[in-house]
Amino acid sequence: MLIRERISSVGIHLILIAYSLLALFPLGLVVINSLKSKKAIFRDPVGMPIGDAFSWKGYDSVLTNSDFPMYFGNSLIVTCVSLFFILLFGAMASHALSEYRFRGDTFIGLYLILGIMVPIRLGTVALLQLIVDLNLANTLTALILVYTAQGLPIAIFIFTEFLRSVSREIKDSARIDGLSEYRIFFEVVIPLVRPVIATVAVFSMIPIWNDLWFPLILSPGDETRTVTLGVQQFIGQYTVNWGAVLASLSVAILPVLIMYIIFSKHLIRGITSGAVKG
Amino acid sequence: MATLELSGVKKSFGDVGVIKDINLQVQDGELIVFVGPSGCGKSTLLRMIAGLETVSAGSISIAGNRVDHLPPARRGIAMVFQSYALYPHKDVRGNLGFALKHAGVPAAEINQRVSKAAEILELEPLMERKPRELSGGQRQRVAIGRAIVREPDVFLFDEPLSNLDAALRVHMRVEILKLHQRLGNTMVYVTHDQVEAMTLADRIVVIRDGEVEQVGTPLELYRHPANAFVAGFIGSPAMNLLDAQCVGDKVLVGDQPICAANGVAGAVQLGIRPEHLSLSEEGVLKGTVSVFEHLGGESFVHLQLPDEQTFVAKLDGELSITPGQTYSLSVKPEHCHVFDTHGHRINN
Repeated sequence: MLIRERISSVGIHLILIAYSLLALFPLGLVVINSLKSKKAIFRDPVGMPIGDAFSWKGYDSVLTNSDFPMYFGNSLIVTCVSLFFILLFGAMASHALSEYRFRGDTFIGLYLILGIMVPIRLGTVALLQLIVDLNLANTLTALILVYTAQGLPIAIFIFTEFLRSVSREIKDSARIDGLSEYRIFFEVVIPLVRPVIATVAVFSMIPIWNDLWFPLILSPGDETRTVTLGVQQFIGQYTVNWGAVLASLSVAILPVLIMYIIFSKHLIRGITSGAVKG
Repeated sequence: MATLELSGVKKSFGDVGVIKDINLQVQDGELIVFVGPSGCGKSTLLRMIAGLETVSAGSISIAGNRVDHLPPARRGIAMVFQSYALYPHKDVRGNLGFALKHAGVPAAEINQRVSKAAEILELEPLMERKPRELSGGQRQRVAIGRAIVREPDVFLFDEPLSNLDAALRVHMRVEILKLHQRLGNTMVYVTHDQVEAMTLADRIVVIRDGEVEQVGTPLELYRHPANAFVAGFIGSPAMNLLDAQCVGDKVLVGDQPICAANGVAGAVQLGIRPEHLSLSEEGVLKGTVSVFEHLGGESFVHLQLPDEQTFVAKLDGELSITPGQTYSLSVKPEHCHVFDTHGHRINN
């Protein structure tokens, strides 16, 4: 029996390791090749950046000879501000849906969650018209608004599930202690669902950071490019500066990685806390 | 002086009446217990007094002031919840002082009131702990402490002991009684456990389906239940209710006369408490033992009459009873309760 369990455990780990390698391979390839000269990239794409293959040229052209730091800043601003609004409005809407009974609450809940099933890209033309009419084309505000709308449905879906599990008596107790409804939300409910906030933050951040579509359509101007769009400048019609493309992509991985490391402890708790009483 | 007065209080959700016209006056310093089966509306009534539920009709007054339009924090009440409802991210000190901090009480006074509550409840060694590091009983003491520091006119307890194990429940029951003696506040206590109600209450309010069935001291309810429901609810094991006939001036169960009919005629329900039955040679209730439960000092004997009605007798634990045997039991006439077929009391 014990041996059988051991074998199945080894088997599961082998499968997971194989999958991890498969998933990490392209990432590794990007990072490795970003540290190689252009010739070396083509001569031996999977070779290590050692000896004369090694070159900082990609990073050099990205960090000193381009507007990449500005693009990076744009991406950070767009992602962080969108994330802030998604978390704030998502949590508030879910709190209202789970805490208060009012006319049409089910309908509003469904309406807010419906967005999960309808890809926001279907509305691109209408969005573009709206953004132009609002004089917001080529601004980061346009992106922030669209990403907030894009992130809210899934955020509300996840939050509602968890906010329902917050004990009613704790909220009532806070009411008797004299807290206003807003303070109950910020000082009692939010601290209780911190792991869920981390989960939603990671889920929402990645598609925003990686998005190419909306920056390309809504704010392709020089000043408002995000990283994913900015990378395109190294891809010419006839030549591609692969070293620079790969270097900028490698740098672009960092914020996601850092945020994941910060949130991962909470993330795992958030995902499992519904299933396991803890 | 904090009296509590409910007059004509009603609550309905849509067309469904949950609380139907409740009138009640609670004296200053009284510990009153709402008791009733699950879903009878006792918790809803408490939440209405607290201000957590709106009142559909009627008025609630505390210390002579009408409060039913005020938010909970301004009613002069404090509530202890069944699940303790402590703030998990704050330590014991933070939990105790939270309400005061929000009310803008000066830090020195907060400290003094928190220390006093901690001393009363012996929480001093636990002040820096988070709720998850406390046992059930300790959490309950913190929840009570949180109510004490607010120095309310009226304490509200919503089944505070239901989440504790049996031994701790008995212990905390005594603690709450001591607390009431020490503080002397008006307290309203909700429970479905009639033992808690009997031991704690100055007066008990028995509630069923949103209506008051009877209000009285524990002994009044025990000795003179107003109807068969109260009779069955108060006392453990529950009172036996036997179908009986009034013939002449006697109440008959089967064909055996049990007590005087006092001028009543026709079908009635005869209530006899299990503890008022005793084995006796001249006993008129002849029952066959079906189940025999031994509790040590006493035993519960389940018996069946010849007409297949069943009843329970609480007898001395030293007696040896054999299942399947028939025994004769007697009851004193003053221990008989007669109810009409609708359950209303008709004697005494």
